[in-house]
Amino acid sequence: MAGIYIHIPYCRQACHYCDFHFSTTRNSIPEMVLALEGELRIRSGYLNGQQVHSVYFGGGTPSILEPEAITHMLSVIHELFDIHPDAEITLEANPDDLTLSYLTFLRESGINRLSIGVQSFSDKDLLVMNRVHTAEQALQSIENAVKAGFQNLTIDLIYGTPGMSDSQWNKNLDIAFSIGLNHLSCYSLTVEPRTALASFISTGKMKDVDDGQATRQFLILMDRAAGAGFIHYEISNFGKEGFFSRHNTSYWSGSHYLGIGPSAHSFDGLSRQWNVSSNPEYIRSLKAGKVPFVREELTRRDRYNEYILTSLRMHTGINGEEILEKFGDTKRKDFLQAVSPFLISGEIFEFEGRYILTRKGKLMADRITSELFLW
Amino acid sequence: MKNIRNFCIIAHIDHGKSTLADRLLEFTKTISSRDLQAQVLDDMDLERERGITIKSHAIQMEYQSGAEKYILNLIDTPGHVDFSYEVSRSIAACEGALLVVDAAQGIQAQTISNLYLALEHELEIIPVLNKIDLPSAEPETVKDQIVDLVGCRREDIISASGKTGLGIEEILSAIISRIPAPKGNPDAPLKALIFDSVFNSFRGIIAYFRVIDGEIRKNDHVKFVATGKDYIADEIGILKLDKLPREIIRTGDVGYIISGIKEAREVKVGDTITTVDKPCREAVKGFEDVKPMVFAGIYPVDTDEYEELRNSMEKLQLNDASLVFQPESSAALGFGFRCGFLGMLHMEIIQERLEREFDMTVITTVPNVSYTAYLTDGSVMDIHNPSEMPEPNFLQRIEEPYIKAQIITKSEFIGPIMTLCIGKRGTIMGQHYLTTDRVELTFHMPLAEIVFDFYDKLKSISKGYASFDYHPIGYQESDLVKLDIRLNSEPVDALSALVHRSHSYDFGRKMCEKLKELITRQQFEIIIQASIGSKIIARETVKALRKDVTAKCYGGDISRKRKLLEKQKEGKKRMRQVGNVEIPQQAFLAVLKLN
Repeated sequence: MAGIYIHIPYCRQACHYCDFHFSTTRNSIPEMVLALEGELRIRSGYLNGQQVHSVYFGGGTPSILEPEAITHMLSVIHELFDIHPDAEITLEANPDDLTLSYLTFLRESGINRLSIGVQSFSDKDLLVMNRVHTAEQALQSIENAVKAGFQNLTIDLIYGTPGMSDSQWNKNLDIAFSIGLNHLSCYSLTVEPRTALASFISTGKMKDVDDGQATRQFLILMDRAAGAGFIHYEISNFGKEGFFSRHNTSYWSGSHYLGIGPSAHSFDGLSRQWNVSSNPEYIRSLKAGKVPFVREELTRRDRYNEYILTSLRMHTGINGEEILEKFGDTKRKDFLQAVSPFLISGEIFEFEGRYILTRKGKLMADRITSELFLW
Repeated sequence: MKNIRNFCIIAHIDHGKSTLADRLLEFTKTISSRDLQAQVLDDMDLERERGITIKSHAIQMEYQSGAEKYILNLIDTPGHVDFSYEVSRSIAACEGALLVVDAAQGIQAQTISNLYLALEHELEIIPVLNKIDLPSAEPETVKDQIVDLVGCRREDIISASGKTGLGIEEILSAIISRIPAPKGNPDAPLKALIFDSVFNSFRGIIAYFRVIDGEIRKNDHVKFVATGKDYIADEIGILKLDKLPREIIRTGDVGYIISGIKEAREVKVGDTITTVDKPCREAVKGFEDVKPMVFAGIYPVDTDEYEELRNSMEKLQLNDASLVFQPESSAALGFGFRCGFLGMLHMEIIQERLEREFDMTVITTVPNVSYTAYLTDGSVMDIHNPSEMPEPNFLQRIEEPYIKAQIITKSEFIGPIMTLCIGKRGTIMGQHYLTTDRVELTFHMPLAEIVFDFYDKLKSISKGYASFDYHPIGYQESDLVKLDIRLNSEPVDALSALVHRSHSYDFGRKMCEKLKELITRQQFEIIIQASIGSKIIARETVKALRKDVTAKCYGGDISRKRKLLEKQKEGKKRMRQVGNVEIPQQAFLAVLKLN
């Protein structure tokens, strides 16, 4: 099981909270598409011939691309890689791009899953986040997607936004659970350094995020999702049985993935590498036939810590047997000792040899992870 | 003897002492430029990084002038107030001094106090105006300052540049013509002054000395007067880039002695070496047992490492006799040591050496000075730790050490500096204009006020244009109270401090604010209180952490997240649990960072 991620580093405008790599200068898109194709060709051996179960266009805003560019890249991918016939092929999209004709085109080009960046169904929240679209456009885009034949549909929502009341959050969830979605990603608004949001907060132009509010809204989310028949399969992801995102899962389950494009990350089991976060530099380098990246080999300790970090985020939890297999009996014993305080505090429960975060534990996943790291 | 010249260099930090010394060594072919590892005289890593010569060293040069061959002994001096006694001993071993002044920065407080020391010992001063090639140099103004201070003639000042080598030859000929040859009696019994010592893990303690009278031979049976111990001089020699063994070191010369001494405390700077058979009649004057000025607790972060910490401290003491320590225990921190240091820099150096050389992670508690308590029953006790403070009903009075502080600054900063010093309970004793815009201010103030954030504040309010030096001037009565810090009502003894009553409310409030910043949020609320006795004088709250989970990972960037959490874990290892509260290492020094 391997995945391919393609980063499309362009947006129409910058959201206040976003620290991902993107540019609002769009005139280099044609050159970028060529460069992405170049990287795909250079790195076609990275996955060692493993069959690909997920292809993901992320960003940035992939829906900024002309349909032809997407079709072209998909044909290159099919040419170079062994793509499973039922592979999940996802495109991230902004509501304002999703006209019925664009969606129909996507559907025909082979995209079979759509991830729509809705973020909120309230115009007030969208304004705070500096999203480019309105709530009405968001609803319209979902309707269009269903009309265009997308059954595998997910949306992103953000909670903990300054000024967002619990009742507004409940309203967002009411809509999300009533429009026939099978999957939902929900993120707590985080203030990342060097973003507009961070600057507004530090200068007092905007209220700081309130972790009491974020905690309440996370709890509401967990309750509502369970009530709607969604499984909380990863800290930020909810899906009905059979609709868990293969792409999201691959990050957390140790699958290998090839990341294409500026700032994209790749993982081959033993090392991680990431491309340069600059569009001009990326394009220039690929014109010269070179992929500009930094690589990090993972030590045994790194791999152990990553195993803890990633599997604790999943509903399947940390598997004691897997620690034994991968890292040996001493590590398993050390783990069992380290985990016991969390069993007592009720933040982790054990089920058939798996150590899984409880509802209480999910609020503290980072702290628990760091305490389970072994030195 | 008539061809020996012993001299030192007096200079402020960064005024180019080391570079100038390098040029002298190069010019006299004592070392080749290839050997020059930037600055030869500073050979501890820490010294080079801080740009301060912490421990003094000595080096011998040969210089041909006309038909005569001269031996020049350069005795290096440490450049920080913490080590002023050692400076005085180095000066006592010389007949002359190069007074090196940066042509752009002018005379600084450090320079003046060391110059006064040199003048007291009747050293011949050769003023050198260094960094003359800098575009910002103001040679004429600085020359005015030098003439005014030293009372020399303008034409006696040598213009030089350690960078380009300008003036080096002139300095060498001035050393020969102006500095007198040593005066001593070659026929008298051996009398040699120890001005420094270093620790060598193979050879033990190596003492550096200057022969005042008589001579010392290899295998002599020698005695150190102050310690009363006697040794066989296994090896003696002179100091070039390496040690060069010799059979004999004669009157006026500088050398080293190795005699199988294992512990630094047996070799006291300022002590006199003589022979057992024919001892000198009196020792070299000016010997003092150096007393620590600042005390703080040092504790292992991991309580299991107590014995390891003891071993490390003992090893440190082997080559740093000025470090003293004794075991103590704290309810908050467990077992550790109360340590005495020469000053704040010395304390930082010890802490860094423990971490770097011995890989120990330690917690250093709030430093304090040594107080003298006079009890109602007539007894007297020294207090090195706030927890030793007697209850008020047993206390007749308490005295604290005072210092004379000399500050040299630009006249535009007089106002803010006065405000600072008076705020620190200082009394102005004098104000002396060195030139029209440079002024020397003298204050008497409590040493305890310097221990906290004085130096950083002085630097910031004077935009770096103030230099500072101090000397202890004895004890004075003071109105001190013990301020305690409580976390969730548990008193944390390691955070207690003795402060002047007039400052106690302000101090307590700032402590609480600072701790609020430093204590990481935990799953429950933490109440921080400052109290005097049972009276709470300040309070802050660290809100409970209700959620600690990253929602999104940047496009599969697991590495970044892993490193972040690994760092978090590392930080936690450096925390101490008191009651149910985890306190980060740096919180114990919060008091030093108060604004």
